[in-house]
Amino acid sequence: MIFDKDEELFYNKPKIKRDIEKIEFKEKKVHLIPEETESFEKSNYNSTLDKDLFTNVKKGKTRDGFGEALVKLGEINQNVVALGADLCHSVRSMWFAQKYPERFFQTGIAEANMTGIAAGLARMGKISFMSTFGVFITGRNWDQIRMSVAYPNMNVKICASHTGVFSVGEDGASHQSLEDIALTRILPNMKVLVPCDKIETKKATFAAAEIYGPFYIRFGREDVPIITTEETPFKVGKAEVFREGDDVSIIACGPMVYEALIASKELENEGIDARVINNHTIKPIDKETIIKSAKETKAIVTAEEHQISGGMGSAIAEVLVEDYQVPIKMVGVKDKFGESGKPDELQKHFGLTKDDIIKAVHEVMRKKP
Amino acid sequence: MQKITDIHELKEIARKIRVDIIKMTNVAGSGHPGGSLSAAEIFTVLYFNIMNHDPKKPEWEDRDVFILSKGHCCPGLYSAMARSGYFPVEELMTLRKYGSRLQGHPHSSSLPGLEASTGSLGQGLSIAIGCALAIKLNKKNSRVYCLMGDGEQQEGQIWEAAMSASHYKLDNLCGIIDRNRLQIDGFCKDIIDYEPLEDKWKSFGWCVINVDGHNIAELINAFEESKTIKGKPTVIIADTIKGKGVDFMENVSVWHGQAPNDEETKKALNDLGELH
Repeated sequence: MIFDKDEELFYNKPKIKRDIEKIEFKEKKVHLIPEETESFEKSNYNSTLDKDLFTNVKKGKTRDGFGEALVKLGEINQNVVALGADLCHSVRSMWFAQKYPERFFQTGIAEANMTGIAAGLARMGKISFMSTFGVFITGRNWDQIRMSVAYPNMNVKICASHTGVFSVGEDGASHQSLEDIALTRILPNMKVLVPCDKIETKKATFAAAEIYGPFYIRFGREDVPIITTEETPFKVGKAEVFREGDDVSIIACGPMVYEALIASKELENEGIDARVINNHTIKPIDKETIIKSAKETKAIVTAEEHQISGGMGSAIAEVLVEDYQVPIKMVGVKDKFGESGKPDELQKHFGLTKDDIIKAVHEVMRKKP
Repeated sequence: MQKITDIHELKEIARKIRVDIIKMTNVAGSGHPGGSLSAAEIFTVLYFNIMNHDPKKPEWEDRDVFILSKGHCCPGLYSAMARSGYFPVEELMTLRKYGSRLQGHPHSSSLPGLEASTGSLGQGLSIAIGCALAIKLNKKNSRVYCLMGDGEQQEGQIWEAAMSASHYKLDNLCGIIDRNRLQIDGFCKDIIDYEPLEDKWKSFGWCVINVDGHNIAELINAFEESKTIKGKPTVIIADTIKGKGVDFMENVSVWHGQAPNDEETKKALNDLGELH
């Protein structure tokens, strides 16, 4: 799979020579003899999805996807630098640090300073990848992101680990980032990516390197289902249909995409034909795919590991309310702070399960015109 | 960029910068004359004597880098840039106007020669550190200069930056603090007293040099000395007078962010020896 290289993708981008080589994103794989599974070619599911998705789902850490991509980027481009804030083992930037110590900058527990340093490095031609926990990398330094990175359109990639509810269990609210999509998408010049699994996180990291300007990439700590394969397309600004359907659209991002797919399988048994869309790019949002799904299915459910206010659901609602109004129900955290608990306990507590998605589908279909 | 070494010439440039500051803010109807005037010699010495730069090639990869962390004093910076050749001097009168490249606070996307967008205090030093680190990574010998305010020392991020700069032994980094002792609400010592400032920076691992911020020879010597310091960054603490050069503005806090009206402008230009 080769990345699309979009020259004129986004806002105010200066004409700067990009020196990232286009890379063939195919790695050496070991081909196992596939078991007899339902062929995706015959079903409504995107044929590039992982064949074992519904039977024997593999799991992987999205932060590992980031860590691996960062190391690879360091190898193919000398201008890639990374910064960390004392959490480098956890967020996997340590792998880059170990291989390229002269290009890694530990800034300690000082996220505002880290942001400015990332901007200064970018100013001098580096491609800065800064990473730490989501709460700290968007909260403590929001004005720094705004004024030192977004406003001057610096080539800084803000890579947030341990986001959402599945990621951070026992640490509790102070470490559970539920507001970061809102905080970042609100900034002009910022691009916001929420990849759905480990493989996609790798692609998102590469994509962010390829496209000039500020990026926010959201991923997490825990093992989450691997949904995609190397063949699954990933293009910034293009939502992917993972299941065709005509009755309702479930638009999800991050680990909630898996929940949406499982929900769609169960809904099949009820005779409900759900379209499942992986909306990995919150900004710039894929208006075309969203409006098309509204027009064709006439009901939308959104699902994210984030506050309902201001997150992906809100972004989608903004599109619909202007261009094509249909009933919409948002699955997400309902204006609460996080708390301590095991990831699966918290998932239930915050209403982020496939059952919550199914419930939302029922609700929204009742309101269909 | 041709270095100017004659002190009288440099003094005259500083005077012209002061005249520009008064005219620009008057025409704009707003702006920050006080802290721009206090830094006129600092801008002059950096842009006309100390810094290695090419106004015709703002992206020249071997350039010295200047970051105005106290971004509100951009009238002074814009004047130094125009007079050294980054853009026509006439353009100075577009300060703060709709569509101007000379935004109310420096914006690197709108004006070639600006390295960062500043205005929200406390952020410039961190950016300067990033630049200094990149220069060392690229194995270049250029230097980074960052002008801060004294009130700005109240921002916590300054101290995050100060700690990291000495941790990284950034001897290609030179900070300057414009200690004019005033901020918006009054004298700094009455708001939050930042003294003893020298002791603080020394304890953070920096080499500290004190100067009279209006003495051009002292400034030049200090900058030259900073080039010789190895293994640690340098901060030059420059004692200045806010509103320097204009009698009714000197040491008066209201001139932090108020533009002179036409009557006041006449008086000011007279003080600055400008014939009109």
